[in-house]
Amino acid sequence: MLDFRLNEEQKMLTETISRYARERVRKVYRDAEEEGEVPEALLRAGWEIGLLPTAMPEDCGGFGEYSTVTGALAFEEFAWGDLAVTLKVMAPNLVAIPMLLCGTEEQKAAYLPQFCEVAPPRMTAALTEPAIQFSPYKLKTTAMRDGDSYILTGTKTFVPLANEADTILVYAAEDGETQAFLVPADSEGLTIGVRNKLMGIHSLPTYLVTLSDVAIPAVNKLGGQDGIDFSLILNHSRVALGAAAVGLARAGFEYARDYAKERVQFGEPIAHRQSIAFMLADMATEVDEARLLVWETAWKLDQGKDATPEATIMKQHVDRMVMQVADRALQILGGYGYIREYPVELWLRNARGFAAFDGLAIV
Amino acid sequence: MISFEIPEFIQNQMTMIRMVAEQAMRPYSRQLDENEHERPQAFVQMTWPFTQQMVKSALKPLMAQSNGNGSNGKTKPQREGPDYSMLSFIMMIEQLSWGDAGQYLCLPHPMLGGAAVDSAGTPEQRVRFLKKFTEGDPKWGAMAITEPGAGSDNSAMRTTAILDPETNEWVLNGEKIFITNGALALRESDGLCVVWATVDQKAGRAGIKSFVVEGNTPGVTIAKQEHKLGIRASDTVALHFDNARIPYENVLGDQEVRRVESRTGFQGAMKTFDASRPAVAASAIGIARAALEFTKDKLAEAGIVIDYTKSLHELTAVERDVIEMEARYKGAWLLTLRATAQMAHGESNRLEASMCKYRAGDAVTWITQKSVELLGPMGYSREWLAEKWMRDAKINDIYEGTKQINQLIVARSILGYSRRELK
Repeated sequence: MLDFRLNEEQKMLTETISRYARERVRKVYRDAEEEGEVPEALLRAGWEIGLLPTAMPEDCGGFGEYSTVTGALAFEEFAWGDLAVTLKVMAPNLVAIPMLLCGTEEQKAAYLPQFCEVAPPRMTAALTEPAIQFSPYKLKTTAMRDGDSYILTGTKTFVPLANEADTILVYAAEDGETQAFLVPADSEGLTIGVRNKLMGIHSLPTYLVTLSDVAIPAVNKLGGQDGIDFSLILNHSRVALGAAAVGLARAGFEYARDYAKERVQFGEPIAHRQSIAFMLADMATEVDEARLLVWETAWKLDQGKDATPEATIMKQHVDRMVMQVADRALQILGGYGYIREYPVELWLRNARGFAAFDGLAIV
Repeated sequence: MISFEIPEFIQNQMTMIRMVAEQAMRPYSRQLDENEHERPQAFVQMTWPFTQQMVKSALKPLMAQSNGNGSNGKTKPQREGPDYSMLSFIMMIEQLSWGDAGQYLCLPHPMLGGAAVDSAGTPEQRVRFLKKFTEGDPKWGAMAITEPGAGSDNSAMRTTAILDPETNEWVLNGEKIFITNGALALRESDGLCVVWATVDQKAGRAGIKSFVVEGNTPGVTIAKQEHKLGIRASDTVALHFDNARIPYENVLGDQEVRRVESRTGFQGAMKTFDASRPAVAASAIGIARAALEFTKDKLAEAGIVIDYTKSLHELTAVERDVIEMEARYKGAWLLTLRATAQMAHGESNRLEASMCKYRAGDAVTWITQKSVELLGPMGYSREWLAEKWMRDAKINDIYEGTKQINQLIVARSILGYSRRELK
């Protein structure tokens, strides 16, 4: 029956992450942004919350409690703290979840136990390509079968943590269909290029990666001969990003709300004015609405149903929502919104990225 | 536990309601729009048996209770698990409004009057006033709150109720406007209208109480039947009260509330809105879905089918519009379902009820306007229903609290402000 209440485990989990975001992330996120690095201890503490081990199957050493809805709740709470830190803490998901969803039994047995270790394995994924008309369903990077090997060629960008990765899950087009391949980072022909200079998420290092005739064993194709259901992976990615956008938007809304109640002009808090109060009412409503759209998509995925229309509709809407909410938060702060001493300008820069972040997170 | 599952029996009910919408509503939509004040006979005849059953099952626990010994009839029946009837009702409204929002409002049912009796009345009053909706000829319920000088600010109402101690009757005087189903409830059937009036003008909203006026009460006249932009099948009237006398027992609430000096009556009106706002939102959503489905069907006939795997660059402007229509339709519907689920689980939903109401009104207004736009000259033509839905839709930005009033309620709630702090 229709219900929008968290269960006990979900409440405990979101409270734990909320405390981490509030007491740890919010203390250092600005320095991390300015310095372009997240402190190791913060990452470790994030990993120790234990999301992935909980989601991994029991025979791989996990608790077998994978749930997209719960994952969405986690992403929202993390991203309330800071988006770049979230993407970095959750980076192991980029391989673990596609493997869980689409891997062969042999691949799962080989890889998934690594995600239940004390420290996460050094793995990342490469989906995005440096082109204005980038479409995840129509990749320019190609994979050609050659005997027992695949030959990969193309250019990838926004590859998180590529500099320290042992393995990169590279998405490439095989006969026009998007497939995924486990590529050792030291493969001949694979070059980790320059670190991307982005508008936001400065503390998440992402890189350009080029592949020129990189040969890998055919067994490294995710899902084996049949390959992957790419829509499924992309839909899970969109839930993660949608939930993160909701977390970011909520942060912006709450900050602007609290500011508007404290900032006194003409003898009373600016929140006493409808022009400000109505903006806040819209922000609160739009955040709630976006969250419900994210949950619905997540729930449908948990039911094992195709959610491609839902995920697309939700993601395009949430991308717009997070920009509007962040922009209004900045507007309410006035000049302070534009100053880097305050968080709102950072949220606006990060919010803009969601339309380009496909594949940077997955749940 | 987060779930979007609609129980199967409710889904089955909806299949039936959809049949009603397709057979008894859609074929008459245009005719009833062109001939304002004509009644939707087919719809009324087809739905009256259903609505009688609905009211009957809602009253059943109350009637069992008042028959039982030792009960004072005041305690609420203990409920186990969620109350499915609320969800079923909201989904029915959505489906009927998909059929035709104007006709839906003519549902022979206590409607808003019933909601007021339910939230402000005692169990005894609920049985006494609503029982007639389970028998005989079709009947309607209405609620009269708005006045020429009191719209959103309903505490400014001037309609008075004075107790005549000689006869122990309330004497009502004043004028009420924009009453949905006023004529159907009071002149064309033996229904009822809940009238909000002040027993003490100086006391402002604290002096306001609600009174049940039954069909054919002397002193009550239909002063005017309105001509409207849309929902023309719906009966909207002004009522004039000229020394209309009603029994003392017809003031809603327990003995405490009934006392002239009690100050709790207005809360009843506001509580009614917690239930009625999701209902209005559901009606808005029904129109939105009608427009959206129709637009997608017609676009498909013209060879435009949405491919959800296309990237932003590959989508045409029309396709992007359709996707945005779908998002706003679905988002508003989910907000409505959330407010409904809260009621079903016995939780407070004042904030969420206002959120879904204003968001749904906003969404349906935009979606239906978009629909007319995307359908080009055919959208503007009265041959199709798109232009009618656009006119019907706009009422949802207005009644049961304008968009702005609901924004104000949301704003106060999230800011923790009183009426004084945020005017």
